[in-house]
Amino acid sequence: MRLDQLPLRKPAHVAVIDWSAMRPDEARRLRELGFDEGVKVEALHQGPVGRDPIACKVGRMTIALRRAQAAAISVEPAEA
Amino acid sequence: MNPSPLVALVGNPNAGKSALFNALTGARQKVGNYPGVTVERKSGRLALPDGRPVELVDLPGTYSLDPVSPDEAVTRDVVMGKQGRERLPAALVIVVDASNLDNHLRFALQLIALGLPVVLALNMYDMAERDGLKIDAEALSRELGVPVVATVAVRKRGIEELKAVLGTLVGNGATTIRSSQHVPTDIAALQRRARSISLAATVEEHGARRWMHRVDSIALHPIFGPLLLAALMFLMFQAVFSWAQAPMDMIDAGKTALGAAVEKALPEGFLRTLIVSGVIEGVGSVVVFLPQILILFFFILLLEATGYMVRAAFLMDRLMAGVGLSGRAFIPLLSSFACAIPGIMATRTIDDPKDRLTTILIAPLMTCSARLPVYAVIIGAFIPARDVGLGIGLQGLVLFGLYIVGILTAMLAAFVLRRTVAKGAHSGFLMELPKYQWPSVRDIAIGLWTRATIFLKRAGTIILSVSLALCVLLNLPKAPAGENQLEYSIGGRIASVIDVIVKPIGFNHEMSVAIIPAMAAREVAVSALAQVYAIQGEGEDADRALGDRLHGKWPLPTALAFLMWFAYAPQCMSTIAVMRRETNGWKWPLFALGYLFALAWLAAGATFWTATALGL
Repeated sequence: MRLDQLPLRKPAHVAVIDWSAMRPDEARRLRELGFDEGVKVEALHQGPVGRDPIACKVGRMTIALRRAQAAAISVEPAEA
Repeated sequence: MNPSPLVALVGNPNAGKSALFNALTGARQKVGNYPGVTVERKSGRLALPDGRPVELVDLPGTYSLDPVSPDEAVTRDVVMGKQGRERLPAALVIVVDASNLDNHLRFALQLIALGLPVVLALNMYDMAERDGLKIDAEALSRELGVPVVATVAVRKRGIEELKAVLGTLVGNGATTIRSSQHVPTDIAALQRRARSISLAATVEEHGARRWMHRVDSIALHPIFGPLLLAALMFLMFQAVFSWAQAPMDMIDAGKTALGAAVEKALPEGFLRTLIVSGVIEGVGSVVVFLPQILILFFFILLLEATGYMVRAAFLMDRLMAGVGLSGRAFIPLLSSFACAIPGIMATRTIDDPKDRLTTILIAPLMTCSARLPVYAVIIGAFIPARDVGLGIGLQGLVLFGLYIVGILTAMLAAFVLRRTVAKGAHSGFLMELPKYQWPSVRDIAIGLWTRATIFLKRAGTIILSVSLALCVLLNLPKAPAGENQLEYSIGGRIASVIDVIVKPIGFNHEMSVAIIPAMAAREVAVSALAQVYAIQGEGEDADRALGDRLHGKWPLPTALAFLMWFAYAPQCMSTIAVMRRETNGWKWPLFALGYLFALAWLAAGATFWTATALGL
């Protein structure tokens, strides 16, 4: 499942990130904000128009990103 | 004598760096610019426990030594000793958010690898404890191999300890230190090390408190979020116009009284004219706007300090994406309602260069506070104070309309610019939503104080000299008896050239005179009109208010055209100068001058022709 398809408030962890799908500086910023394979992620909020962008909890930070960017991140929802 | 040693504060954005800076230096701050770039350089003095003075500089927050935006590049250059005229710091204070060690330690590790003397400020320690985190500062210090001090900048906790450690780090000022030019850049590896160090230093960890998410579930709610944002914006503009009224009336009364006193004390002549209409009237008519500017900045500082500003960017992102911008552009554009200069400077946090350029080019279209005096005088004179129903006044409605005109044009301009001169791939939106924080009164007060002094300095220098120059140009050479002083003066003759361009859009000669000095600052147009009509009306109606006088002399279409002109015209040299510095050249400021003047001419013309055709 991709991060942009992950339902709100469903804990998951990052499986694979397609770093090649984004610009190098964007990829680096994503890493700097704590995104990496294996980290826990949870979508918490979405924007008022077109449900875009989304806000995700990553580690102890909350990160806002657009759905188009979240599409490069594959996630594995935690078993409930 | 050696200059006092330089100490730099470095850290991630949202680590509480500015609060720590304020706590260490108090109000003894200097805001300047780094040579060659327009990143604000904030520095201040502090005394070490043994009395030695140290210059502390607050570097822009960044996530790593790999810069994305121009302000981040300054941070890298300073700590690596490559920033032109800035000295290499004698020590670094690395600021980390105690509740976000995983992430902040990664940058700290990079900074420690530089080999400069460092101390780590484990900041917002109280928030971490409330978050259920317990961190062993000594264990962290052992792991990192550098001194660690727990601080709570907003409560001034840990400040003396931090100064004591700095005292042991800073040598006698002799620069024998060098910073290593080889720093680890593998973010993934650094992140793994940061995570293991943070794990080793964390004694206890409960689940993070969810109160922030509860606030966000309202602030970022698809319906309540935008409503809250709209309400806050409404409150802000309401405050700017109503709260500012009383202090503005007071300043205005003071100005008038001062002018009258000088008029009595000095004999009639050129010197008196120079002091009364040049200095007192010219500078006074600008200083009157200090209360409005301070209220606007108060709200902007408050929204930033609490962490709400990024939420506003989040809510606005999708709409801004429609014209090719991102939510990040919302913050500089909002600041531009106060003044385009801080607005344009705030664009340096936008990483995408095309996004940033577009935002810089449209920022002058936001109705800045300098337009208010012009709008207030013209609307007051020509728009009847009629109620259009529901308790809404026609004058207020026209003013509101001018704001909307500015916003809509800015969006349209962004849309066109992003498809022409600033063409490029759509940038994304990637931002950290900082923790909500109770703003500290001191931090807000220091921010306001800094803005007030910058504004008053501007009034005392640029506006004073322009006002004086205009006064000289309008009064020299002295017209012989029977000749019209305005036509005879140098200013009047220059205006005759401008007449050719602005006649077709309905402007008269007096307006041409007024828009020349208004190039320096828009608000000068008001005092310029006052000066022009004072010269013309010599004696007969000198006591009447400017609005009354205009009402008799200008047809309505001309007045409306003048309003539209000011909605668009880039009449502000300081804005142009800031654009030049921010874009490193004359190309873009000249482009902005061209397209904004063309828009101004067309909009004023269209207004004039339509109003005339309608028989207004």
